[in-house]
Amino acid sequence: MTVEVSLQVNGKAVSAAVDPRTLLVELLRQHLKLTGTHVGCDTSQCGACVVHVDGCAVKSCTMLAVQAEGSSVTTIEGLAQGSTLHPVQEAFRECHGLQCGFCTPGMIMSAVDLLQRNPNPTEPEIRHGLEGNICRCTGYQNIVRAVATAAAKLRGDTAAA
Amino acid sequence: MHPFEYLRPRDLAAAVGESATGNYLAGGMTLLPSMKLRLTSPDKLIDLSGLKDLTGIQAESAAVVIGAMTRHAEVAASAEVRRLIPALAELAGGIGDPLVRNRGTLGGSLANNDPAADYPGALLALGGTVVTDRRDIAGDDFITGMFSTALEPGELIVRVKFPVARRAAYVKFPSPASRYAMVGVFVAETAAGVRVAVTGAAACAFRLTAFEDALQKSFAVESLAGLTVSGDGYNQDLHGSADYRASLVPVMAKRAVAAALAR
Ligand SMILES: Cc1cc2nc3c(=O)[nH]c(=O)nc-3n(C[C@H](O)[C@H](O)[C@H](O)COP(=O)(O)OP(=O)(O)OC[C@H]3O[C@@H](n4cnc5c(N)ncnc54)[C@H](O)[C@@H]3O)c2cc1C
Repeated sequence: MTVEVSLQVNGKAVSAAVDPRTLLVELLRQHLKLTGTHVGCDTSQCGACVVHVDGCAVKSCTMLAVQAEGSSVTTIEGLAQGSTLHPVQEAFRECHGLQCGFCTPGMIMSAVDLLQRNPNPTEPEIRHGLEGNICRCTGYQNIVRAVATAAAKLRGDTAAA
Repeated sequence: MHPFEYLRPRDLAAAVGESATGNYLAGGMTLLPSMKLRLTSPDKLIDLSGLKDLTGIQAESAAVVIGAMTRHAEVAASAEVRRLIPALAELAGGIGDPLVRNRGTLGGSLANNDPAADYPGALLALGGTVVTDRRDIAGDDFITGMFSTALEPGELIVRVKFPVARRAAYVKFPSPASRYAMVGVFVAETAAGVRVAVTGAAACAFRLTAFEDALQKSFAVESLAGLTVSGDGYNQDLHGSADYRASLVPVMAKRAVAAALAR
C-alpha cells in the first residue's frame, strides 16, 4: 500500500507515492537523489541526517516521509545560493571544521538552526546546541570555532575571525 | 519496520475511534526507533499532529495547561511557562538534544513513562493532572510502573495541567551519551506543601516523603543534611550501579533546593 505525499524540498514542490514506512531520509536520498543528507547511526543518536522541517532541525531518520506532508524541507543542498556557499558552510571550510566530512551536513544544518535562534551564542551555548550531532574525528574544536566564526559573519561583525 | 497503515485524523473522536486497532504517533521519538528495532510492530499508526485540541500553551490564574502535542522546544521557549514555572521550561530545555526537543512531545513522554524521562518528575512534584479524552488523572495516580501508566487502552492524553509552584527547580545528572536522567530530582514548594520527586533512579518516578517532610519544616539546603536513600530496587546498568544512583539522589535534591532558592 502506498500513500501520496506532497511537500516542498529546497523550495521545489515534490510529490511521491511512498510506502508509509519510508523514512524522510529515504525519501530524500533514494527517491529524490539528494544524497547530501547522511545516515549515520540510524538510531536517532548521531545527527548525520539532520534537515530542517518548517524551519526546525530534526533527525530525518526518525521521521516518516508522510509526517512531512505539506511541510517545507531544507537539506544541505538547499543552503548555498548558486555557487555561493552559505556563511556557515564557508566558515566550516575556512576553519577546517571537519576531517572525514561524514557528520558535516548534519552538523551544518544544526548550526544554521542554532544561529537562527541565537545569533550570538557563547562557546558553551554552541556546544550545547550541537549536542545532537556526533563527530568521531575532530574533537569538535574546529567545529565550534567554525560556528562562532559564522555567527560573527552573519551578524556583520567585521572584527571577527 | 513491519508494514502499517498510516492515518492522520482531523478530530479527536476519529483518532480515539481508530485506537482499538492502532497506536498513536506523536513526535515518533520513541515509537519510531522501537519500530525500527521491531520491539513493537503496530498495524496502524494514528498520527496526532492534525489534532488542534492537543496543541497550545495556556496560562490560567494558578496553573499552566499544555497540550499533549506540544514539543519540548516550545515548552522551553514559552514566555508563559518561563514566567510562571521556570523549572518546567528548564526541564524541557534539558531533554535530549535540540533535535529531539524539536519533535518530542509532552504527551508522548508521559504516555511512554520511560524510567529515566524528565517530565514524570515534574508531573509528580508539581502535583499535575493529566487530562485525557475521558477523565482527569492526578499525577500521583498516573505513574504506575516501568513504562506503565494509568492510561487505559486507547485512552488519549489531551493536555496536562501543571499548578504554579511558589518556587521549584529540577536538577538532573544526565547520561553523557543520551542526556536521559541517571538521577533527576524535582523539588517544588506548592500550595499543597513541599513535594520532591525523583526520576531515573528506579522503575518509574517516585516521591520522597522523608525529604518532603524535612523541607516542609524549613525550605533550606541544610534541612536535607544527613538524609540518604537506600538503593534497594534501584536501576543498575552500564551507566551506574544502584548504590551510585542512591548516592546521587541527595546530591541532586540539595542542588535543586539551592536552585529553587536562588530564583
Ligand atoms: C536521542 C534521544 C534522547 C532523549 N533524551 C531524553 C531525555 O534526556 N529526557 C527525556 O525525558 N526524554 C528523552 N528522550 C525522549 C523524548 O523526550 C520523547 O519525548 C519521547 O521519546 C516520546 O516521544 P514522542 O513525544 O515523539 O512520542 P512517540 O514516540 O510518538 O510516542 C511514544 C508513545 O506514547 C504514545 N503516545 C504519544 N502521544 C500520546 C497521547 N497524546 N496520548 C496517549 N498516548 C500517546 C504512543 O502511542 C507511543 O506509545 C530522548 C529521545 C531520544 C531519541
